[in-house]
Amino acid sequence: MEMLMDSSQAEHSFLSSVTASERTLNPYVTGTSVVAIKYKDGILMAADMGGSYGYTLRYKSVERLKPVGKHSLLGASGEISDFQEILRYLDELILYDNMWDDGNSLGPKEVHSYLTRVMYNRRNKFNPLWNSLILGGVKNGQKYLGMVSMIGVNFEDNHVATGFGNHLARPILRDEWHDNLSFEDGVKLLEKCMRVLLYRDTTAVNKLQIAKITEEGVTISQPYSLKTFWGYSAFQNPTVHAEGSWLDMVTGWAVTTME
Amino acid sequence: MTKQQANWSPYDNNGGSCVAIAGADYCVIAADTRMSSGYNILTREYSKICKLADKAVMASSGFQADVNALQKQLAAKHLTYQHQHNKQMSCPAMAQLLSNTLYYKRFFPYYAFNVLGGLDSEGKGCVFTYDAVGSYERVGYSSQGSGSTLIMPFLDNQLKSPSPLLLPAQDAVTPLSESEAVDLVKTVFASATERDIYTGDKLEIVVLNAGGIHREYMELRKD
Repeated sequence: MEMLMDSSQAEHSFLSSVTASERTLNPYVTGTSVVAIKYKDGILMAADMGGSYGYTLRYKSVERLKPVGKHSLLGASGEISDFQEILRYLDELILYDNMWDDGNSLGPKEVHSYLTRVMYNRRNKFNPLWNSLILGGVKNGQKYLGMVSMIGVNFEDNHVATGFGNHLARPILRDEWHDNLSFEDGVKLLEKCMRVLLYRDTTAVNKLQIAKITEEGVTISQPYSLKTFWGYSAFQNPTVHAEGSWLDMVTGWAVTTME
Repeated sequence: MTKQQANWSPYDNNGGSCVAIAGADYCVIAADTRMSSGYNILTREYSKICKLADKAVMASSGFQADVNALQKQLAAKHLTYQHQHNKQMSCPAMAQLLSNTLYYKRFFPYYAFNVLGGLDSEGKGCVFTYDAVGSYERVGYSSQGSGSTLIMPFLDNQLKSPSPLLLPAQDAVTPLSESEAVDLVKTVFASATERDIYTGDKLEIVVLNAGGIHREYMELRKD
């Protein structure tokens, strides 16, 4: 009788030099920080559109902000393929919610709770979805903004961020966020955070989207770029102090070999 | 071929401290509201206190996702108990349930450090203290979490309970009044906040007595 190789046998095969594993070991294509705040009418969320493959900037039009149902907005950093799988889970969740056809719809608190359970359960099986998720929304006038990490740690607050955003953006938000920000002030504040991230996070790209969710619904902006300033005097004439330094040695050799 | 090393840990320590003190006819349960990860503060307003039953309140610090899962488990089991027995669980019963729930995951533990406080069937304050895998004992007072090494010696000095080995058995509950116990808790957290980086922001205090349940807050240092 023929024995067909299945995945469990592959793991024990002595001839194979590769252990078959279907668990996530490391992320491959990743997105960097997402930053979000509560403002007067709802939630504002920002993320850039880069998909890095290690040190390579592989994809430059990755949408990392997506609406969920009628009342929520999901932003993700980390492994992009895992984010896409989460979107598929949420599609099914929303579909079943709609099929009840009972006038009720899942609000942001419920979606956040669902995502927390999904992330925690995957962590329990030692096969995490390698993402940090931000879930924001408004339902019946109540604003909600929460975060879930890849091991299931979750909380809600007036402002949240993932990855580098925790280090660079949240201190700015702690200082400058206040209740009832206007839309314009909220966008300015988020752009300030995204600009700092652009300057200091090597995996950030200058192409971002800002999304807003209010009682009326979700709007995700077209991609745009932030203005940056590089004209600092210390950046001008970078070779002015090169003479006498090791740089001089290198350029001298290059000139003589070309002659 | 080298053995594969794990490149992520299923655990994290989200920090924080918890305290519970049992009195003659009350119980004080308190915890700070800071949630951290590494050197970051994730949020300054996260409650570590959970009411499991009318007379049983638990404070837990450690890995927040495990704490949440544990609280959900206990709440679900309590609901079943209420359906089957037509009454709320007593504090000692909840204490045993918590111990069993923790030991159930002996080989992939809930990274949760718990103190359970409440009133026993005689209306006296009771406090139970746990480790991560469920070993527990009833005591007059206890602290758990990142600040417990700073808090516990101070509580020992102020509240030293008589040894449970003495005969005749002596009361473990403190003779302090309710307001004195609350003041002690505030002092203890103010001190722990000074030296423990994971403790701070705000203190949540829950008091259980014959009149019911009462909650108050106190600001702590935010640095």
